Amino acid sequence: MLLITQTAFELGFQYALVAMALFLSYRILDVADLTTDGCFVLGAAVSVTLTAAGHPILAIPAAMAAGACAGFVTAFLQTRMGVPSILAGIITNFGLYTVNFFAMGRSSNASLLRADTIFTIMEKALGPALEAARIGSSWCELILSAGITILMGVLLYLFLGTRLGLSIRATGDNRDMVRASSVNPAYTVTVGLCVSNALTALSGAVVGQGQKTVDINMGTGIVVIGLACLIIGETVLGRRSIGKGIVAVMVGAIIYRLIYAIVLRTKVVPTECLKLFVALVVALAIAAPTIKEGVGFEKRKLAAGRKGGR
Amino acid sequence: MLNIADISKTFNPGTVNEKTALSHLSLHLRPGDFASIIGSNGAGKSTLLNAIAGSFYVDSGSITLDGRDITFTPDHRRSKIIGRLFQDPLRGTAPSMTIEENLALAYLRSAHGKAPFSRITKKDKEYFSERLKLLGMGLEDRMRQPVGLLSGGQRQALTLLMATLVTPKLLLLDEHTAALDPATAEKVLELTKTIIADHHITCLMVTHNMKQALELGSRTLMMADGKIVLDVSGQERAGMTVDDLLKRFRAGTGKDLDNDRILLSD
Repeated sequence: MLLITQTAFELGFQYALVAMALFLSYRILDVADLTTDGCFVLGAAVSVTLTAAGHPILAIPAAMAAGACAGFVTAFLQTRMGVPSILAGIITNFGLYTVNFFAMGRSSNASLLRADTIFTIMEKALGPALEAARIGSSWCELILSAGITILMGVLLYLFLGTRLGLSIRATGDNRDMVRASSVNPAYTVTVGLCVSNALTALSGAVVGQGQKTVDINMGTGIVVIGLACLIIGETVLGRRSIGKGIVAVMVGAIIYRLIYAIVLRTKVVPTECLKLFVALVVALAIAAPTIKEGVGFEKRKLAAGRKGGR
Repeated sequence: MLNIADISKTFNPGTVNEKTALSHLSLHLRPGDFASIIGSNGAGKSTLLNAIAGSFYVDSGSITLDGRDITFTPDHRRSKIIGRLFQDPLRGTAPSMTIEENLALAYLRSAHGKAPFSRITKKDKEYFSERLKLLGMGLEDRMRQPVGLLSGGQRQALTLLMATLVTPKLLLLDEHTAALDPATAEKVLELTKTIIADHHITCLMVTHNMKQALELGSRTLMMADGKIVLDVSGQERAGMTVDDLLKRFRAGTGKDLDNDRILLSD
């Protein structure tokens, strides 16, 4: 049971980066960025390929840079070329399939056999100390995943407090006002999508090195899972401030992984139906405000009818 | 200061919806001028303001502001020297961000806010609070609250402050008090007058209130069919009544001023 919880936390922190990316693009910028799926694989592919070549640490910033490039393409299509934002993401995502294929050396998957990853390096460095402290070196992966995600969360929080960060936040709120503040919304959308896709790719990079493998289809549906984490977190913690929002995505991602682990173990929901189940939960969660409003209206209509008001 | 030379704009050219919104319009504003524009529905008042602000590029003619040709400058660059308020008080502020953050954004227009990774400093906050005090709405004590919690009047006053936080070369007011209740409108108008006078801002204001158009500022313009048909200032304007204005309009265009809101307002 401890192992399951531990794994859930590890994966939770690793996938929280995708939720954080969606928090930036979907919540703050108000852009539905569907580059996510392909970008996640891109990060993993770049990371695994470079790790196999013997550069596990360099692989991380390289994956982030690749993700930022993917984000730039999507942003360029929607801000400068007039492609509708959802379509821009879908087009980039589609194109990324080929890019990912080549990033893995003309193959649809790649694995690491005995190459050092950031996790094995971490274990070599910290393992003995953890063993000596009777914590166990198996916690290394969790510590590293949590460290990376929390560091990114802090950086994102600080970034959103800068003048550039403020104009990115205002872009999702009121584009007219951004223009009135002498800032080009096309620029803020571009920066925002580059940062968010760098985070998505980072997630892929960490997951790829953690699982020592990458598959061209491993990103399918990541955007929905990320949204699920985002929404779970917001439901638990609320969505008032930026700081809270960032903590919420981490909490949400961990809760999602815990639920996932429980479902897999207890088979409350048959494993083969899991995707449909998640899709339903996400759709319902996003639709909740509309459903609530509709129910309220019907209630009022009923009440008015009873009074003979019509 | 502002020099508009022979500008024209036609929307949807070559279709059944073709509409000439501005037709060979020229206007010159001297520094410190405060001109109000009145006119019928569809006369091109807002279109003129949009053309100056850069919401679209004009088909012909040129616009010069403070010695710089801005005819082909994109709107977000023009906003460095042009402040603007709309009728809708929600359009000028970001609702989910705090008052402080909104002001920080408006402050980006100054040379001071250039560094993209700099943060709001204590000094900035003190300056914002000082300026907010001048509004007399107690907003200086609510600087960390989201703007979405403010009333329409408060938001419009805040927008006014934001538009003039970095003194603009030109302030464009598009019926900025029309959506507010009379008492609030009065208050926002008073603030507008004070701020414009204190900072010697050149201002162009669209209004539907004829009395206001005569009382406020130094110059009254009337528009019809995308042209300026009447331009009065100085002695001539000082003795004018609303009736005189209507007569002059009829003489100038051969038709009555038709604006549902003008008819309804006193």
